[in-house]
Amino acid sequence: MKTSNTAEFKNFYVICEQRDNKVQKVSYELIGEATKLAAAYKEETGKDEKVIAVVLGDDVQPVCQSLLDHGADEAIYIEDPMLKEYVTEPYVKACVQLIEEKKPNVVLFGASSIGRDLAPRTASRVHTGLTADCTKLTMEMDDKYPGKSVNEVLLHMTRPAFGGNIMATILIRHHRPQMATVRPGVMQLIDVVPNKPGKIEEYKVEFVPEDMNVKIVEVLKEGHKAVDITEAKYLVSGGRGIGSADFYNELRKVADLLGGEISSSRANVDAGWIEKSRQVGQTGKTVRPDLYMACGISGAIQHLAGMDQSEYIIAINKNDSAPIFEVADLGVVGDVKVIIPKLIDALAKYKEAEANA
Amino acid sequence: MRIAVCIKQVPDTREVKLDPVTNNLIRDGVPSIINMDDKSGLEMAIRLKEKHGGTVTVFTMGPPQADLALREALAMGCDKAYLISAREFGGSDTYATGYIIANAMRKVEEEEGAFDLFITGRQAIDGDTAQVGPQIAENLGVPQISYAEGIEINGDVVTVKRQYEDRYHIIEVGMPCLLTAIQELAEPRYMHAGLIVDAYNTEIPVIDFAALESRIDKTTIGNAGSPTNVVRSFTKQPKGQGIKYDNVGPDEAVKIIMDKMIERHII
Amino acid sequence: MDFKLSKTHQLQQEMYRRFAENEVKPLAEDMDETEVYDMELLAKMHKYGIMGIPYSKEYGGVGGDYLSYTLAMEEMSKVDGSTGITISVHTSLCCGAIDAFGTEEQKQKFLRPLVDGSATGCYGLTEPGAGSDAAGVQTQAVYDEATDEWVVNGGKVFTTNSAFADYCVLIAMTDRNLGTKGMVALIVDLKSEGVTISQNIKRMGIRAAQNCEVTYENVRVPNANLLGKVGQGFKIAMKALDGGRIGIAAQSVGLAQGALDQAIEYVKDRKQFGRPIAAFQTTQFKIADMQTKIDAARLLTWRAAVAKDNHENYTAPAAMAKLFASDVANYVCREAVQLMGGYGYCREYAVERNLRDAKITEIYEGTSEVMKMVIAGSLNLKK
Repeated sequence: MKTSNTAEFKNFYVICEQRDNKVQKVSYELIGEATKLAAAYKEETGKDEKVIAVVLGDDVQPVCQSLLDHGADEAIYIEDPMLKEYVTEPYVKACVQLIEEKKPNVVLFGASSIGRDLAPRTASRVHTGLTADCTKLTMEMDDKYPGKSVNEVLLHMTRPAFGGNIMATILIRHHRPQMATVRPGVMQLIDVVPNKPGKIEEYKVEFVPEDMNVKIVEVLKEGHKAVDITEAKYLVSGGRGIGSADFYNELRKVADLLGGEISSSRANVDAGWIEKSRQVGQTGKTVRPDLYMACGISGAIQHLAGMDQSEYIIAINKNDSAPIFEVADLGVVGDVKVIIPKLIDALAKYKEAEANA
Repeated sequence: MRIAVCIKQVPDTREVKLDPVTNNLIRDGVPSIINMDDKSGLEMAIRLKEKHGGTVTVFTMGPPQADLALREALAMGCDKAYLISAREFGGSDTYATGYIIANAMRKVEEEEGAFDLFITGRQAIDGDTAQVGPQIAENLGVPQISYAEGIEINGDVVTVKRQYEDRYHIIEVGMPCLLTAIQELAEPRYMHAGLIVDAYNTEIPVIDFAALESRIDKTTIGNAGSPTNVVRSFTKQPKGQGIKYDNVGPDEAVKIIMDKMIERHII
Repeated sequence: MDFKLSKTHQLQQEMYRRFAENEVKPLAEDMDETEVYDMELLAKMHKYGIMGIPYSKEYGGVGGDYLSYTLAMEEMSKVDGSTGITISVHTSLCCGAIDAFGTEEQKQKFLRPLVDGSATGCYGLTEPGAGSDAAGVQTQAVYDEATDEWVVNGGKVFTTNSAFADYCVLIAMTDRNLGTKGMVALIVDLKSEGVTISQNIKRMGIRAAQNCEVTYENVRVPNANLLGKVGQGFKIAMKALDGGRIGIAAQSVGLAQGALDQAIEYVKDRKQFGRPIAAFQTTQFKIADMQTKIDAARLLTWRAAVAKDNHENYTAPAAMAKLFASDVANYVCREAVQLMGGYGYCREYAVERNLRDAKITEIYEGTSEVMKMVIAGSLNLKK
């Protein structure tokens, strides 16, 4: 809401996401990030604000301890059978009521297909700003933009735009709460403290049957590959240079030997060589595995946007001027179709030797 | 059935490159296209019209040049097009954009009859927010189902296959409602050559600030009225260059890769 | 004078380009190899109006003009010369003859299905003994008063589209003594009894186009299918070719531009002597020449199309466009292959196909020599 009294808005709220009562990784990442933001805010202003994790669902009280363990100071749960599966209106109603009553300073959502449905509608209803798909959040004094600055410590939200080609930093100055959705896989988890003490409380929302303005006829979990490349520790990724859909079988062997997954550039997804859920990049997923092995990927900027934060990048490409080499930690100019089969042999031998040792 | 579709004209960001020397965006020569998700929604709307009868009205908010996107939509088979365009609307964030578009649609409804179904794309490739669709729905006060991968209509009931990362919901919703389309929803058709000729013989009405003045709060639109402000934009610095081996045989390449993976405890 | 396309032309050009890139290009190599035209592709072209561009909406056409038709021809031919000629024969020669000389009834019956996407047309003039000298037509049409029909006997060669076409505008001799004034143009339903269509003739280029021998044995054609008057056959044939030549000129421009575009992509990537070959001035000069000639050919083509659209005499402009553009197509395609060296000669790249396809543009719908006759004829060289 528009306000001249921003000081009455306090605390960092994370709207956590559960699916089948399992808290999603992105929510833990956001709690971790929120603790850093709260610490920075304290340093800048001296004000001690809490990180409050909120979870909505049916019978979700049991997951609240894990929210504390991952860094939240407090956990709030909102329960109703209507909240079992995600449905826009009941979730929006609950979030809006909570926000209007608790007056948070900051509210964070995961930029998942749930958060990106829930957050914008909530923001519209409470009339505040929302920044989508952030990849970087900081608490800084707003004093750098003469004429417009409000000289308050604000959430500085940075996100890729223009197809990942530029980054934009966005502020919400005259409205509260400051809201953002954050890309899964970007923020880092903090160390888990098992059974960390903290307040767990229920927040009551009265639902009426009309709140359920749509009907979920069926929940289909089949037909959806359960693989989530953002969770993979190692990714072996194929681009146009692999030459054919069949070569993914070879990349799969490398991935299996490493204990990782295979992923893809956009071109191969468009060509129907591999499913869309494995696409890395601006229109696919952002990944930051410990190893990203780019095989025959030239490295269009849209692709780089989705993987350049990986811990370690190995690139194999025939074209020595491919842009992928600019982000690679280790680049090898050569033909993937020759190198990969040899790498499979070497890995297999190494594994065998290790097993025998 | 009256269907309203919202589209956005976007630069084809897949064609954008960075100047290797200045690290600035090269925007010259980047074609403007109808955003892909929106085009898929457009296709679905036209198919629904072909199957169930009715009309498809297309809206876009943008500068006068966005007219081209509307002509293209007409050439695909839409019946009517409106351009929402005014200096006062410039710089609107998603909140303000959703508010303006919803009000423009309401105005057209008053003149031409209510819409039964609203379709937008999930997100635009330049902004990538996925916020405007839900925010139009909120301002219209109709239910939304985003990430629609399938749509069927039986009588007054719309059945939507809603995509999530790990599942689908098959959802039934009454009309009016708003759906946001993903690219998988429907492969767009080409424009028809004959409809292109017609599209340029059609007048496209402009909904400007004056047309909406009586129904919108001026303090909540445009750059000044938007809750969010972009304060800085910059191009990403590429990560520092690593080591590149240019002239190695495949066996040596494999050895280098293996050594690195061992060194970094990957294996 | 303005050399800029109007907005509707620009949007049509964009649509033809997308269609060519996404629908035609992926099939072109395979169609060339197999020498079979893809019937689904033909159906799609009908569906999107590509087979009825310069014809009135009154008859179910696109309501475009000849300029928009040349834009389609260029875009399609950039990626596939066979598709270019398939569209061109249908549009310029078959539909063109019916549109210009057909009665209202004939237009409703034949032009409508041809331009609204339900039927495909071809054109039968060339015979083994009648090429550049079209007056040498041997195919005979004899009027049978009893049934008010024409009885056709004879054979045509190189009838493009005949393998799948529904209708043919056929030129036949009625009175050899009258020479070019003794011919008729008949709209023949190719499903008629007595029509036999051979296998696709093996050729150097445009191999996917269906270019067959068609024999007519006592084929009975209703007199209602007579185009124009008895004796006008040759005139109708020549008039159709005037329009056709604009299409072939556009096809030539497309083949050239398509080849050059590929060569440019290639020289930017290909490194020799330590740098991309695009960095060598000899490469740059060659490309500058190629693009200049293509632009000149395109402007001549557009001039002829606009003359036709403005109902001006376009016989000589069309001949000049075809003469020049077909020469440019052969030059540019040859040089594109040269720029790409061994790879250009390989079938993995499409430029060799453009080169093979380009040769025919100097031959069909009037050879370059015939074009010069037409152009010279327009210049009042006799004292």
